[in-house]
Amino acid sequence: MRRLIACLLAPAFIVFPALAAEKITTFTLDNGLEAVVLEDHRAPVVVHMLWYKAGAADEAPGVSGVAHFLEHLLFKATEEMEAGEFSAVVEANGGSDNAFTSYDYTAYHQRIAADRLELMMKMEADRMRNIQLTEEDIVTERKVILEERAQRTDSDPGALFSEQRNAAQYLNHPYGIPVIGWRHEMEQLSREDALAFYEKYYAPNAAVLIVAGDVDPDEVKALAETYYGPLEPTVDLPERERPAEPPQLAERRIIFEDPQVAQPYVIRSYTAPERDAGDQETAAALTILAELLGGSGRTSVLGRALQVDSNKAVYTSAFYSGVNYDDTTFGMFMVPAPGLSLQEAEDEMDAVVAQFMQDGIDGAHLERVKSQIRASLIYAQDDVASLGREYGAALTSGLTVQDVQDWPAILDAVTEDDIMNAARMVLGREKAVTGWFRKPLEQEVSQ
Amino acid sequence: MIRVVLTTCFALIALPAAAIDIKEVTSPGGIKAWLVEEHSIPFTALEIRFKGGASLDREDKRGAAHLMSGLLDEGAGELDSTEFASAAEALALKYGFDASSDSFSVSAQFLTENRDASVDLLRKAINEPRFDQPAVDRVRGQVLSIIASEEEDPNDIASKTFAALAYGDHPYATKLEGTAESVTALTREDLIQSHQDLLTRDRVFVGAVGDITAEELGVILDELLGNLPETGPDLPGPAPFLLDGGETIVPYDTPQSVAIFGHEGIERDDPDFFAAYVMNQVLGSGGFGSRLMDEVREKRGLTYGVYSYLVLREHVNLVMGQVSSSNDSVAEAISVIRGEWAKMADEGVTAEELERAKTYLTGAYPLRFDGNARIANILAAMQFDDLPIGYIDSRNDQVEAVTQDDIKSVAKRLLKPENLHFVVVGQPTGLDASN
Repeated sequence: MRRLIACLLAPAFIVFPALAAEKITTFTLDNGLEAVVLEDHRAPVVVHMLWYKAGAADEAPGVSGVAHFLEHLLFKATEEMEAGEFSAVVEANGGSDNAFTSYDYTAYHQRIAADRLELMMKMEADRMRNIQLTEEDIVTERKVILEERAQRTDSDPGALFSEQRNAAQYLNHPYGIPVIGWRHEMEQLSREDALAFYEKYYAPNAAVLIVAGDVDPDEVKALAETYYGPLEPTVDLPERERPAEPPQLAERRIIFEDPQVAQPYVIRSYTAPERDAGDQETAAALTILAELLGGSGRTSVLGRALQVDSNKAVYTSAFYSGVNYDDTTFGMFMVPAPGLSLQEAEDEMDAVVAQFMQDGIDGAHLERVKSQIRASLIYAQDDVASLGREYGAALTSGLTVQDVQDWPAILDAVTEDDIMNAARMVLGREKAVTGWFRKPLEQEVSQ
Repeated sequence: MIRVVLTTCFALIALPAAAIDIKEVTSPGGIKAWLVEEHSIPFTALEIRFKGGASLDREDKRGAAHLMSGLLDEGAGELDSTEFASAAEALALKYGFDASSDSFSVSAQFLTENRDASVDLLRKAINEPRFDQPAVDRVRGQVLSIIASEEEDPNDIASKTFAALAYGDHPYATKLEGTAESVTALTREDLIQSHQDLLTRDRVFVGAVGDITAEELGVILDELLGNLPETGPDLPGPAPFLLDGGETIVPYDTPQSVAIFGHEGIERDDPDFFAAYVMNQVLGSGGFGSRLMDEVREKRGLTYGVYSYLVLREHVNLVMGQVSSSNDSVAEAISVIRGEWAKMADEGVTAEELERAKTYLTGAYPLRFDGNARIANILAAMQFDDLPIGYIDSRNDQVEAVTQDDIKSVAKRLLKPENLHFVVVGQPTGLDASN
């Protein structure tokens, strides 16, 4: 089908980095820049990515959105280049470029013919330390990010609901603040705010270089030394310690109503541990738990019980993403069939999970999930750019290259007991935010 | 993100500078496919595309092709829905079925070690879907939910309104998902009919890339497609285009207006097609060098993104575009876009813009060929668009041959600011609806 309801939320797909060891090379420059090179010589293409260990969760209080704002501003002028010239040069060389900001990282990337790698490095190194911002850049680009917020958040009740749920999930940790920023703070972002973030975090000792494609690792290293090597590190770069969450003492519930809600649903997200360096076992168990509970509408625990065996749900899913610097969430949601209220839907979802906790795991189901894990090691070789993104996200979220390489084997070793223990640890309503998303009640005639 | 990557319905094919070795394969049963052998990773990507798609929905059965596409794997042969899904998981078979306005596609990736069993499972879905009533009702529920969501989505409202105003009685005039009413009325028999109408041997195009030989592929083609009906109903004729210049406002309570706009376009096989293609690269490709992005976003901050594109569909060709802007600034954005349309029609492009567009288009060309599934997709699309197997060698030359004069003349012929119709969804200020 053209589009399933899956676009409500990012699904719990498991991505498994894997590449024969001889095709991965790592090195670290004297100024602290870490680098990973992934080889694939099938096509004369390279993806060059620079990841900063700085994202929205590293912002100072009161300037929400500045990490993302700065990402936009990095396409303006530097000492060497005019505003807009970076992308123009990439395009003139047949490449494409983009950037993205998350809670734990900001990344810039180009996809281009492999023989243009040097030019990309030269330009990326230039804008790591040398941007030149005018007041006019600030005013115009601030309008652009406000339009971006209007397009992607303010015009979309589902996105606003998600923002509210996040805020409820984290009372004290900055994961509760939207990456794009709160509108009232975005409107006030200044050149000084952007430069303060830039000068602190845009430095080789806070960056990870990923090069994936038709390249020779020795040449990549030589180029990196030439262009990134001379850059000065930030000497007093602080440890990344964000304000921690207090213990959650009460269940949190949110009802979000908007006349433009077409499809009501109930969603629950539990605070859960993330993948930690050298300690990924619990996260592995949770990754597989999400797959078993809600990975497929037809074979998962929620899907079978609520979509196939009964027609109580239009759609169900479970999700977990372990690549996070600090605590993450494990969640599940249900889109009820017409006629079922959100309270009834929530009760049904709870009942299915309670039954699962009693019955335990279907061994054949677990075996199928593991065969998909093993197969993904093969499929992943077809797309080293995705693999590069995995490394970039992991290395900026507190993990090491070794952790990334160990991950498939750790997943494969997960037992039924591991999964049930992880489930018992995480799935408590007192540690969760439960959200209802619906039209204002008087309009909800069909319910 | 600094910008959204636009996915358009534009089907121009780019091909690699480094020649890839495409073989034409004919199965023992007479089915043709294009194949690139790539044995370094033990899996194969297969792309099967049938011309027709949702444009073959029968009268009053809008949404049949779309619903049918969601049901092929919901029970097939002796397997019920869950058994089928479990079997695919165990084999790590990746697949998808998709009905679009002009085609129906089957995309699959399977491991070499599981090839036979994977192909057998795909064969069942393609040839023996069960359309069990519980599965039909369950998937119908999902489709109704999608339709309800689209009715509240400003982008969907805009494209639906544009299509309804533009295409008269043609199937293009309505969304291929159908309406709540039409989908609710679909029966199991309608889906069986749609399956028979759409999956036919005379309209099939196949691309395969991966760890497979021509001989092995031939056997698979016969197994998957050999027993399908030889032919299906006629395709619909050309779509009319009934919109004149102006604006249509669809009031909707949202802080930002969404506008889509367009007028008639150019045929894929028109001698000036490449000139138009290069011209659009300069006008509104979405890169920061493009004029619309430069004028509307970079200079004025009126939007996060603005694009124009050539729409090449089976039965209509348009030049279209889209922009989102706050309610109080969308009128200015539209005025700037009209101005750029007129400027391009009058003056064409500068020598520097032309050069930059050419280096981008020719340089970007090999980059699309990285990954078995991507290449399989392109091979199927090339055949679908009736391009020769040797198109590879001439494509960049055709881009390079475009001159400033060519663009000036095609821009004058193609771009008609006075014909440009904007459908605006939101609460725009300072716009008078002319329609």
